Amino acid sequence: MARFACPSCGYVYDEDRGDPREGWPAGTPFSEVDPDWPCPDCGVREQQDFEPA
Amino acid sequence: MTSASPTTDGQVAGPVQWRDRKRYAWLLGAVIPAVPFLAWGLVTWTGLDAFWFFGPVFVFVLIPLVDLVVGRDPDNPPDEVLEALEEDRYYRWVTYAFIPVQYLCLFWTAWMISRPHLDVADRVGLAVNAGIVAGIAINTAHELGHKRESHERWFARICLAQTFYGHFFIEHNRGHHVRVATPEDPASSRLGENVWEFLPRTVVGSLRSAWALERRRLTRKGGNHLTLRNDVVNAWAMSVVLWGGLLAVFGLGLLPYLVLQALVGIWLLESVNYLEHYGMRRQRLESGRYERVDPSHSWNSNNIGTNVLLYHLQRHSDHHANPTRRYQTLRDFPESPVLPTGYAGMIVLTWVPAVWRAVMDPKVVAHFDGDVSRANLHPRRAQRYLSRHSAGTTRPAAA
Ligand SMILES: [Zn+2]
Repeated sequence: MARFACPSCGYVYDEDRGDPREGWPAGTPFSEVDPDWPCPDCGVREQQDFEPA
Repeated sequence: MTSASPTTDGQVAGPVQWRDRKRYAWLLGAVIPAVPFLAWGLVTWTGLDAFWFFGPVFVFVLIPLVDLVVGRDPDNPPDEVLEALEEDRYYRWVTYAFIPVQYLCLFWTAWMISRPHLDVADRVGLAVNAGIVAGIAINTAHELGHKRESHERWFARICLAQTFYGHFFIEHNRGHHVRVATPEDPASSRLGENVWEFLPRTVVGSLRSAWALERRRLTRKGGNHLTLRNDVVNAWAMSVVLWGGLLAVFGLGLLPYLVLQALVGIWLLESVNYLEHYGMRRQRLESGRYERVDPSHSWNSNNIGTNVLLYHLQRHSDHHANPTRRYQTLRDFPESPVLPTGYAGMIVLTWVPAVWRAVMDPKVVAHFDGDVSRANLHPRRAQRYLSRHSAGTTRPAAA
């Protein structure tokens, strides 16, 4: 499964692990994450800005 | 600090010599919550009760004077040392050291107020001093709450418990940083809005926003949002325990003073919020999204007194570009808009809106090249600003 990184701070969304604290359980494909969901670490960039890592 | 770094073509650049001249000055950050003790010392030493109000004098007279006399802070860490500087644990321990002093000050203040021999004015002075510390504690919480380490986020909540402002670190990180310099952000002040109008809007708006953010997060997880896992709820629970404990030990007579110190702290923090983005607005792109945050969307200041007092908060453009970056690595961007003096002195200007407008409005107008329609305008006064500055926007058509 794929990984996507915040271009601002380097936070990585890993589809295998998801981000359960944010409400994305393990295995949630990145395409199902809300495009307006901001990076949980920096809040500077949103899902639609993330780049494949 | 010394560091060698490989360049992109694989060559190792010569070691960069850079010394953080503020390294030990940062310790003053942890001394500031001791200012109320200094006030007590001055009262005891001189016999003058007026010194019970030393806290506001320290922040609104002495720090602004240091800014005016000592002036600007020329130190910017070079790229090569950023990583090592960021990882140097000394700097985070300096911020942790603030917390025990903050709480010592709070407990001591509560004890002093509960003693019978002081009159009401002295007690008010004690509560105001504790409130100044509480406001600066919100700034310490701000530094800690942006970090990835979960213990630092807990420390942030502990700092905020004194002011019942635990929701701040949620709203600030997930709300303010996302919507900064837009009309939707309760914590970005608008051109023509004075601080007394801004305060209720930001306090109420930030509270609503924090609650909505946590509700959305917990609903996504598929559960009830009224739980201790709700960060707003658990942060407030800390305040309930803290205030409840203080009232149980020192008596209900302490309550008005606890409320007073919290209000002073919140007012101090929100006053800083007021001047950080006054009038700034990100433009909307064709896609409907706002343009990305850049250095032009924050008011900066680089005066040394307030820099040390507020952990480089005034290097605000860098903070918004890199919110997880630690205070010691923040840099002054020469291209960012600059306030006439440090944040502490600028707060004094907010007290008289006419003075604030006289100083700041021309700066905002100049920042937008005379086109105030691009500013974040206070709706009630928008028309007045637009008609007054319409002359500035009629420029000869481009050839
Ligand atoms: Zn990020």
